[in-house]
Amino acid sequence: MIQMEGVNKYFGDHHVLKNISLTIEEGEKVVIIGPSGSGKSTLIRCINGLETITDGLITIQDIDVTKKEAPIRNIREKVAMVFQNFNLYAHKTILENLTLAPIKVKGIKKAEAEKTGMEYLERVGLADKAAAYPAQLSGGQQQRVAIARALNMHPEVILFDEPTSALDPEMIQEVLDVMIDLSKINITMIVVTHEMGFARTVADKVIFMDDGAIVETGTPEHFFTSTENQRAKDFLSKIIHH
Amino acid sequence: MLYLSTISWLQEGPFALYRWNSLKEDLPLFFHAFLYTIGISLGALALAFVLGIFFGILSATKNKGAVFLSRIYVEFFQNTPLLIQIFFIYYGLPLINIVLPVYLIGILCVGIYHGAYIAEVVRSGIGSVPRGQSEAAASQGFSYWETMFYVVLPQAWRMMLPPLTNQLVNLIKNTSTIAIISGADIMFTANSWSSMNLNYVPAFAFAGILYFILCFPLAKWARHMEEKNKKAYSR
Ligand SMILES: Nc1ncnc2c1ncn2[C@@H]1O[C@H](COP(=O)(O)OP(=O)(O)OP(=O)(O)O)[C@@H](O)[C@H]1O
Ligand SMILES: [Mg+2]
Repeated sequence: MIQMEGVNKYFGDHHVLKNISLTIEEGEKVVIIGPSGSGKSTLIRCINGLETITDGLITIQDIDVTKKEAPIRNIREKVAMVFQNFNLYAHKTILENLTLAPIKVKGIKKAEAEKTGMEYLERVGLADKAAAYPAQLSGGQQQRVAIARALNMHPEVILFDEPTSALDPEMIQEVLDVMIDLSKINITMIVVTHEMGFARTVADKVIFMDDGAIVETGTPEHFFTSTENQRAKDFLSKIIHH
Repeated sequence: MLYLSTISWLQEGPFALYRWNSLKEDLPLFFHAFLYTIGISLGALALAFVLGIFFGILSATKNKGAVFLSRIYVEFFQNTPLLIQIFFIYYGLPLINIVLPVYLIGILCVGIYHGAYIAEVVRSGIGSVPRGQSEAAASQGFSYWETMFYVVLPQAWRMMLPPLTNQLVNLIKNTSTIAIISGADIMFTANSWSSMNLNYVPAFAFAGILYFILCFPLAKWARHMEEKNKKAYSR
């Protein structure tokens, strides 16, 4: 489904992604962990072309994302993204947030986009907020809307960049619950998070990044019980005991 | 003594009453000029908006060439007098066999001139919208221009409204420069009418009032919007 080969990324002189190679299968749930500044956000932003890479190859369903003439619009219709800061469109109602791109980008009829939009709002438990504006919602609610907005594009992949780290502690679980619910359908999820409980429940595969490189890949079980890698051990002990 | 001098002040000299009476008789002339100024202002405003939004968006891109192009436009027209631009077009174009009616020259020159200012308003308005908004739009497949028109500009609009209204006020006042190339606007009418009958004081006082009628409500509204914005953001 998604393939990265020898991907390098520089910001000026700063080597941010170092020779990244990985394969993600259709429907797979992947969790990416690693210390701050290790390149996690940059990695997933490269997948939908929000960042351009310096060299290497990224393909999604055999479409080369890195080529200049890549059909970036098609790629972004397939690959949705959920941000740390929600980034709901502030001037649109909740339902309009869900329907804007389906209507304007995918050319779906308004009535249809609203119908599926309401279904997804139902799914994240916020159908009663359809007419509200983002500023009237709590952080946790906004993030659930952002997930529903991503779903209403009917994507094949959803990228999550630390979806719970801007939230007050009491709101984290409501968002994780929505994501766990989502993991039961056949959608590919790539999640940058430090929520190890979530990783244990959902992840097929955990990727540990450090200093721009993938240091280790394995099942959650492997990570939490038998990793030999000292940096991964240090990192895990820090986030688990705090 | 004082009484007498007051009488004579009203009967003769620049402020004499009969001069105001003759203004009253020629009121239709001024009314026509008033409409002419409104027409030029609307035309110039439309042009200034199109140019301002276009170059404002260009200057907010990451494309160096586009940014450079819009800098040239903005700096050139902001830093040369409007009057020179008008003379340049008025005398220059006929040399290459293009003769435009005066009102069109007015619309073009005032529109292009204020477009440069509006471009700056648009640029800083775009800058006031959080980056995450355009990232979200990009991640959903919107192109750069779609992102601007569906997501960024509607949010920047509220910030831009007060400075845009101030630009409109300046634009209306600056249409008076076309009097110099004989456009039939308020300023030219006041000038030509009073140079025939020497009624300078009523002519220019009235012209001032006409501009005031156009500009004051706009300026007032701009200030009101500004206050409202302050409240909206301190929520
Ligand atoms: N637009 C940019 N320009 C320059 N440097 C950048 C840019 N974006 C990220 N970086 C740098 O690239 C490195 C990797 O950043 P990235 O955001 O991918 O890390 P991260 O693993 O997501 O960290 P965090 O956990 O703090 O979100 C950091 O050193 C960061 O300073
Ligand atoms: Mg990050």
